[in-house]
Amino acid sequence: MLGESVIHDRLGLDPLGNIGVKTGGATGGSTIWEAFKAVASGYSDCTLAMGWERMDEVPTDEGNHLIACAADKDWETPLGHIYTGYYAVMAQKYWQVFGKSEDSFRETMAKIAVKNRGYARMNPHAHGAMDITVEDVLNSPVVAHPLRALDCCLMSVGAAGVILADEKTAYELTDNPLLLYSSAGSHTLRVADRRDMEIPLLPNETADQYKDLGKRFLGGDRYPGFTGFLAARMAAYYGYRMAGITDPTEDLDLVELHDAFTISDIQTYEDIGIRPYGEGRTYVESGDCYHTNPHTGKPGKLPANLSGGLIGNMHAVGATGIMQVVEVAQHLWGRWAEMHGDQKKWDAFDRKKPSDWTDLQVKGAKRGLAISHAGVGSQVTATILIHPDHQLERRF
Amino acid sequence: MADLKDRGTVKVVDGRFQFKGKFHYIYPNTPIRDENGALKGVTNPRDMTYIHMYGGEASFFNSLKDGKLLGTRCENPKCEHTGTIHVPFKIHCPDCLKRNTIVDITKIAKKSATVHTFMVTERTGAFNTLEKPIRFINIEFEGVSTILMSYLPVGEPKIGMRVLPIFQTKNPTFTILDLAWVPVGTAESKLPEGFTFS
Ligand SMILES: [Zn+2]
Repeated sequence: MLGESVIHDRLGLDPLGNIGVKTGGATGGSTIWEAFKAVASGYSDCTLAMGWERMDEVPTDEGNHLIACAADKDWETPLGHIYTGYYAVMAQKYWQVFGKSEDSFRETMAKIAVKNRGYARMNPHAHGAMDITVEDVLNSPVVAHPLRALDCCLMSVGAAGVILADEKTAYELTDNPLLLYSSAGSHTLRVADRRDMEIPLLPNETADQYKDLGKRFLGGDRYPGFTGFLAARMAAYYGYRMAGITDPTEDLDLVELHDAFTISDIQTYEDIGIRPYGEGRTYVESGDCYHTNPHTGKPGKLPANLSGGLIGNMHAVGATGIMQVVEVAQHLWGRWAEMHGDQKKWDAFDRKKPSDWTDLQVKGAKRGLAISHAGVGSQVTATILIHPDHQLERRF
Repeated sequence: MADLKDRGTVKVVDGRFQFKGKFHYIYPNTPIRDENGALKGVTNPRDMTYIHMYGGEASFFNSLKDGKLLGTRCENPKCEHTGTIHVPFKIHCPDCLKRNTIVDITKIAKKSATVHTFMVTERTGAFNTLEKPIRFINIEFEGVSTILMSYLPVGEPKIGMRVLPIFQTKNPTFTILDLAWVPVGTAESKLPEGFTFS
């Protein structure tokens, strides 16, 4: 029950206060949120946010049962004890409403799996690196129709940590700290309870643009229904205002999203305003989400999950949201190649560095975002990292 | 395997738990070794009985065996959303926090239950008791604000399909699994064992 105390003791942190954070898949993001509040409130001048998980300590079917306990145990968990199912109903609805049941939409979902597993090949820490094609994804075993095995994230063993400090302390510790903002949103644990509501608008949206959503996409007017995550929208809503972001695609240089499933990745593009509701697929189809746009050969407009994400890199639940922030930070420092290319790292993690290893550094990256997500969108956090020389004007 | 005939049971007497029987069984752990025989860890077997209370939702789970689907409704005239019906069951209105009234929505369900979305899976987690493939359906009802998650043991689901509730009246588990759905027009003889239309 107090596993965090065991780690605390071994890290020699006595007698500082410690607290365990438990928000399912968003645990990493929530841990950073807690540390952020501790420093921002003035209570602490320096706080360690650390997360870890061993997803291998039970067989996979028991792991699936334990993850399914993150649903409502009276009303949902007994239905199959399989979390993928709770996402598959969302995938089905989204595919039929916004994907118009098209094979082309299924292919777009598959492209995310190909992309993230491909980027994982360049990451010595990654657990799920694979050189695969769209056909491989579409032919992989069905887990819960329409989701297939290669649409789903990994169950990993891993750990990650970041140190947050106030400005004065940060500059005592390092010459090159990054500014960090953290925000959170939540929505009902059961998707069942999500009542129809108006779409809260992000700074780059207008109410007008959603007036005919139900006409353009039959059945698309129930919000958030089974197709959107209000918690992700609210995390972005607060986070963008803290950091001064008015348009995520323009103001950010890269993102790490919680790609638990290819479908939830697409849903999140819309929730956080990278694309309007109903049009998430175009972020992939345009090539904007790639390090190098496959259509133009030029840098992608807003690369996503260059770490490999949860699908390609790792999902060691308590560590994931922190790993994402570390990966974003390495781009803002211009140290991605150093941290991912060093042969010693590949040796240490018992991985063979591919002969076509590619430097995925986002050139000149100044600002990035990481989304950490729990349940079927019950808790979501947004962590925004900004190089101090490239702050945005904050109006709130 | 331990003798489980003494497996613990619980009663509530005067508002307190009264325990009878054994609530945990002890099994020895075993060493975990690598291929060279080096000790790496130990297994920790656990067999425990948890006590889980339904609180104010108990009437929902108890009514399924009687062929009744209960919801709750806010009847506070001052509430912005007065008249809202919830299933899953909400004891208090999330808008005004006044106690909701329990309402029988079986008729509404029989008249209007429609598949909002669904999925079909051959894979389940440990402890699953449903027959595979499992078909989850999420059901919308006329005049109800929520979309209930349940399952379809007969037929193939489709969005927009009309379904009827069925209830495990013969051998109830007193869990959400006592409620299931079938396509409109399904014969009583096709229902899974123990289930009836009312
Ligand atoms: Zn009310």
